Amino acid sequence: MSTVAAIDPRHAAGQRLRERLFRSATLLAAILVLALLGGVAISLLAGAWPAVAHFKLSFLTREIWNPVTDQFGALAPVYGTLVTSLLALILATPVSLGVAVFLTEIAPVWLKRPVGVAIELLAAVPSIIYGIWGLFVLAPILQRHVQPWLIEWLGPLPFIGRLFQGPPYGIGVLTASFVLAVMVIPFISAVMRDVFETVPDVLKESAYGLGATTWEVIWQVVVPYARTGVIGGIMLGLGRALGETMAVTFVIGNAHRIGSSLLAPGTTISASIASEFAEAVGDLYTSALVALGALLFLITFSVIAAARWMLRRLERRALSSV
Amino acid sequence: MKRRLIRKLTNLLALGLSGLATAIGLFFLGAILWTLLRNGTAGVSARLFTQMTPPPGSSGGLLNAIYGSVVMTALGILIGGPIGLLAGTYLAEYGRTSRVSTVIRFVNDVLLSAPSIIIGLFVYEALVVRMGHFSALAGAVALAIIAMPVIVRTTEDMLNLVPQGMKDASTAMGAYQWRTVTSVVYPAARSGILTGLLLAVARISGETAPLLFTALNNQFWSSDVTAPMANLPVVIYQFALSPYPNWQQLAWSGALIITLSILILSIVARVVVSLSQGGRRG
Repeated sequence: MSTVAAIDPRHAAGQRLRERLFRSATLLAAILVLALLGGVAISLLAGAWPAVAHFKLSFLTREIWNPVTDQFGALAPVYGTLVTSLLALILATPVSLGVAVFLTEIAPVWLKRPVGVAIELLAAVPSIIYGIWGLFVLAPILQRHVQPWLIEWLGPLPFIGRLFQGPPYGIGVLTASFVLAVMVIPFISAVMRDVFETVPDVLKESAYGLGATTWEVIWQVVVPYARTGVIGGIMLGLGRALGETMAVTFVIGNAHRIGSSLLAPGTTISASIASEFAEAVGDLYTSALVALGALLFLITFSVIAAARWMLRRLERRALSSV
Repeated sequence: MKRRLIRKLTNLLALGLSGLATAIGLFFLGAILWTLLRNGTAGVSARLFTQMTPPPGSSGGLLNAIYGSVVMTALGILIGGPIGLLAGTYLAEYGRTSRVSTVIRFVNDVLLSAPSIIIGLFVYEALVVRMGHFSALAGAVALAIIAMPVIVRTTEDMLNLVPQGMKDASTAMGAYQWRTVTSVVYPAARSGILTGLLLAVARISGETAPLLFTALNNQFWSSDVTAPMANLPVVIYQFALSPYPNWQQLAWSGALIITLSILILSIVARVVVSLSQGGRRG
């Protein structure tokens, strides 16, 4: 059959045509992925334009958010987005490091896979489930047991005390950060685990040979070697936290103001869009929300791009050293 | 001697804390599942799967929401699957080393972690505004855009696992590359590609944010994809935050259904890939 194919010129021409078609189809699909990102950027900028043209730079510097008088400023949601995400990272990073260390260095082989999968499943749970769990289970617990304690013991302290004052609402910035922390743990620990596994055994064995303890090997050999990847993983987690929507919408209280206390309700960019967009009347209101979205896109894009760049570089190094 | 003791204690403490960290992670998974089971099972009955979402205060089920979620997820995969598969094929086969591929890989990675609400806004601006109304189709497109990068990534990874020797053998017999890809590479990477699709389904079937202002919601049965359609995530969102006990109960049951389905899908996807890898090794 293949000898016939080689001889018959009409068959060969057909094959060449199909080859060209298939090749073009794959290229087209690949270009579409590229165009998609461009399309997202352009359509967000276009949708944001009326608000940007109307408020100019004051959109970024004002805290006011009043749909009735058509006055909009992005400061409160931007502040809320950054604070909840940073706080979530502060909570999640040590835990993720612990999980990654446990999975790569401590756990016996038979335990590695089930525990690893269970942690990964934490990432598969939909955002909205974290939202209802956070609102109906976590928030009451924090309100009753954790926040009064924080107010009593940390509230009177100088400087940081201001972060823990006011009534224990249950919902608010702190609760949102807590839920976000649980959500990003699987992402950060998965990346950390993967980069820890790229550390050559020879390096670890030499350190063990010198008499180092397991922890010393981890902290002085594994972590420094995988530094770029660890930071990349944390930034990937940051990217997740910044854009996380439904879970935050449930537990942050959706108040457009900047409270000095972490216990007070606040809002984030994504929570504002989720809770207000469908009901937004008036072009300026809608456009202001899209402008918030464009801001979020800019912030997350830079964070994710930086994280991916770091991880790619590390991947290449791992490949070249094999 | 004292120094050695301190080092040993530090080691034990650090390793103990690592174990504790893992226990904390597992605890949250357990806590969430337990909450869902405790609150959700009470509402699981035949009615849940046979009746429509009710008005406040009367009984009903989630049939239209489940149907809508299945339709939109299926449509999303139907749209995003082939494109993702082809794009992944380009990255792994035709453009393996080209400069364009490096850029596309990077952009795909960015899309992979882009906030889903941004995708929702994009589809709203690009489709909903232009069509003039919310629709299930717009929801499906949003889900497709979220599914695509997952499929591109897994397809590329899985095609790269196919031994070069197999491709060379096919080329040596005179096959064009399209023939090699469709008749040799795809079958060899079948389970891997399937895993990618399953993971993509798991990823999009719980997505809420991109549906809020694309598919919206619908109190009634609708099979018209150009009209707003009910879907589980948005129903859960609206019902959970409502003051009506019967709506809240439905929200919990819906949450239980959706979480269990997604967890089962994720586990099946992992089993598929480990089975095939085990086979390859043996």
